[in-house]
Amino acid sequence: MEMFKGYDPDRFYDEMFDADASVRAHCAPLLRKLGQIDQKDFLTRKANSELYFLRQGITFNVYHDDRGTERIFPFDPIPRVLPASEWEHLEAGLTQRIVALNLFLHDIYHDQQILKDEVIPRFYVENAKHYRPEFRGVDVPADIYIHICGSDLIRGADGQFYVLEDNGRCPSGASYLLENRNALKRAFPSIFDEMGVRPVDSYPRDLLNMLHHISPRRDDDPVCVLLTPGCYNSAYFEHCYLAREMGIDIVEGGDLVVMDKIVYMRTTHGLKRVDVIYRRIDDDFIDPVVFRKDSVLGVPGLMNAYRAGNVALANAVGTGVADDKVMYYFVPRMIEYYLGQKPILPNVPTYLASEEEDLKFILGHLPELVVKAANESGGYGMLMGPSASKDEIEKFRELILADPRNYIAQPVVSLSRSPTWCDGAMEGRHIDLRPYIIYGNDVKIVPGGLTRVALNKGSLIVNSSQGGGSKDTWVLRR
Amino acid sequence: MLSRVANTFYWMVRYVERADNLARLIDVNQQLLLDSERLDSDRLSGFWQPIILSTGDDEAFSSLYESSSGGEVIRFLTDDARNPNSIVSCISLARENARTVRDQLSDELWEEINSLYLFTRSEEAERLISSDPPRYYGNIRRCAETFLGIAASTIARNEAWDFMDLGRHLERADKTTRFLDVASYLPGGVEGVEASAPGILHWSAILRSCGAHGAYRGVKRAINARGVVEFLVFSKEFPRSVRFCIEQVDAALHRISGTPRGTFSNEAERESGLLLAELNFGSTDAAFNRGLHGYLDELQERFNRIGAGIFETYVLMPERIQVCPVEDLRSPSALAAWQMQQQQQQ
Repeated sequence: MEMFKGYDPDRFYDEMFDADASVRAHCAPLLRKLGQIDQKDFLTRKANSELYFLRQGITFNVYHDDRGTERIFPFDPIPRVLPASEWEHLEAGLTQRIVALNLFLHDIYHDQQILKDEVIPRFYVENAKHYRPEFRGVDVPADIYIHICGSDLIRGADGQFYVLEDNGRCPSGASYLLENRNALKRAFPSIFDEMGVRPVDSYPRDLLNMLHHISPRRDDDPVCVLLTPGCYNSAYFEHCYLAREMGIDIVEGGDLVVMDKIVYMRTTHGLKRVDVIYRRIDDDFIDPVVFRKDSVLGVPGLMNAYRAGNVALANAVGTGVADDKVMYYFVPRMIEYYLGQKPILPNVPTYLASEEEDLKFILGHLPELVVKAANESGGYGMLMGPSASKDEIEKFRELILADPRNYIAQPVVSLSRSPTWCDGAMEGRHIDLRPYIIYGNDVKIVPGGLTRVALNKGSLIVNSSQGGGSKDTWVLRR
Repeated sequence: MLSRVANTFYWMVRYVERADNLARLIDVNQQLLLDSERLDSDRLSGFWQPIILSTGDDEAFSSLYESSSGGEVIRFLTDDARNPNSIVSCISLARENARTVRDQLSDELWEEINSLYLFTRSEEAERLISSDPPRYYGNIRRCAETFLGIAASTIARNEAWDFMDLGRHLERADKTTRFLDVASYLPGGVEGVEASAPGILHWSAILRSCGAHGAYRGVKRAINARGVVEFLVFSKEFPRSVRFCIEQVDAALHRISGTPRGTFSNEAERESGLLLAELNFGSTDAAFNRGLHGYLDELQERFNRIGAGIFETYVLMPERIQVCPVEDLRSPSALAAWQMQQQQQQ
């Protein structure tokens, strides 16, 4: 237990320890196992896990470095553990949410009943950056819009899970979920013994089943491909990984051609018809005929084939209207409107800068709030009030006033912490949780998710671009 | 198989093979120097100049370096990232190609090329280049050979393998002719080198560069120009001879198209069939009568035509697609790279 000696959960909700510093019951067996590993052995094994990532090439480039040095995303070997009961609660809440989001998208791209009933002001939808009015009236295969959703969850000081945002366009990171498990199993096999950790390896199968389910051609064995922006994209490793695990081709825009509204891929033996595209390329770049004209990554004519119902896309075009941070505010209302249910997982309290009352409150409380731009991701376009300088606060005041539709604010949620090995000692670090929800024939959520950890002391920002790392996430059978 | 993927397999292996060959070339010649009398800088330059000329990168070299004494040439060919054909550049390109088709490689195969890449970037490599070059080049060679060995035991014998076979043997044939050509650039030319004692050393170095010394000794006694050319161009059995390589290329091309050997269905097959017939029925005398340098030059020209034929038939497919991609598939434009990076990571 030497590594945990002096560990201080402090005033935060700690995933492993109670407020009185006694271990939580579902973490006790793990703590016992960790206690059997001495520190030297622990460090060797930790280094091995890092070598695993390096050798696998699960790395990112350090910019402005001529030698092209590559770094791994930091991986902390202390897993984050969720008991079965908590996971069931999350599963129910996430399922409810993805169903409601899909009903909302169908509605928005068809009759817009929710706008007619004034449950959500029309203004917000029509001004959403990723709303694609060109696709109104288009029926999408199997009537599913968000097939893969990565929802970010956080646990507050009260021990409750909240949804922080829904990523319904091209959520990334699932390969890390799988590789974190592989790395941990290789480096620390002993801690898995008799723990009843649910496996995560069903993810690629679930993904492929979903792709088959949405194929517009019913009779044949459908041809599915993964469309990548290309090998210089920072998630290229993940694209390869998932394509390989699913046994489908990974294609670039140039590999596909559209003739007579049918999509084909160019093979050494001529053209081969494509039925389903798991695209990891943004709407903006996907078809230069319809969206950005200067895109060299897309497939000219793809939208014609899509509209004609000859090819399925996962996720559908235009889902960005639902994961806009302003639209997030309305998700609990969607759940009540479409499903007649109370939301199982609450949102974090949110203020909309375009509502007069809220704006007044936001501007009066900037130093206490987190301000976010509606359509940024990766931790960019954000103001962390409590740690921001006066200048930064003033800059955001102007940004908000110039474009209130594009900003929301939330109170700072004190994310829960998890014991994390930091430079020679075990210390608490803030974490979040991103489960991956797949919506095909039914809803599948791989037990676990990507637990991201803010490695910098006191930091609440878990994004990999800003000092974040990750951990393996354990969902227990019991 | 996707056309782009076929092209990537082909280049991945070509670059590994190129790095392997360069490592041999430099290592052997460095060792050869040890046998010579002390050389002043003029003579050193005379020693290395032909090697640069034979790789065909002399223009790039003279634009980057002033003198061609050993150190500069070695750096240029080994770890100068500005030289697209240096060992480190080749390995980095091979790895980049491997990364692109990562989904189709076995974990071991990927790890091997990635480890080799990480080695070339390491401080250890830096140290070895200056303090223990034979170990450095030995390392490169061993990894390259391990890579090919793992490929042989983990890649299914399908199109992926056939395109790898094409890349490997075309590159090998090309490098064998270039190593033979080193003699043409020596003072006095091929005939001049033949008579003198250092000449024998050179031919023996060429054999070693091709890893052919032992095999040659097994079938021939004396080391001389004709014997070496005969062996490295016309041998039916030695795996780095031009004839052997073109036989493999021709076989792979026909496996891909399904056309019977001895007939052709595209330009690449016609070129390879024609060349193979000439090699099968050709002779060393004819090569020397023609002039060795000119003969080797023409061979290289014809390898390039086979390569171009492969690209046009299987990668571009102009007759099937009206809209041809204008970009060089090996190096996406800066714009494309920038757009790839722009995709938001949610």
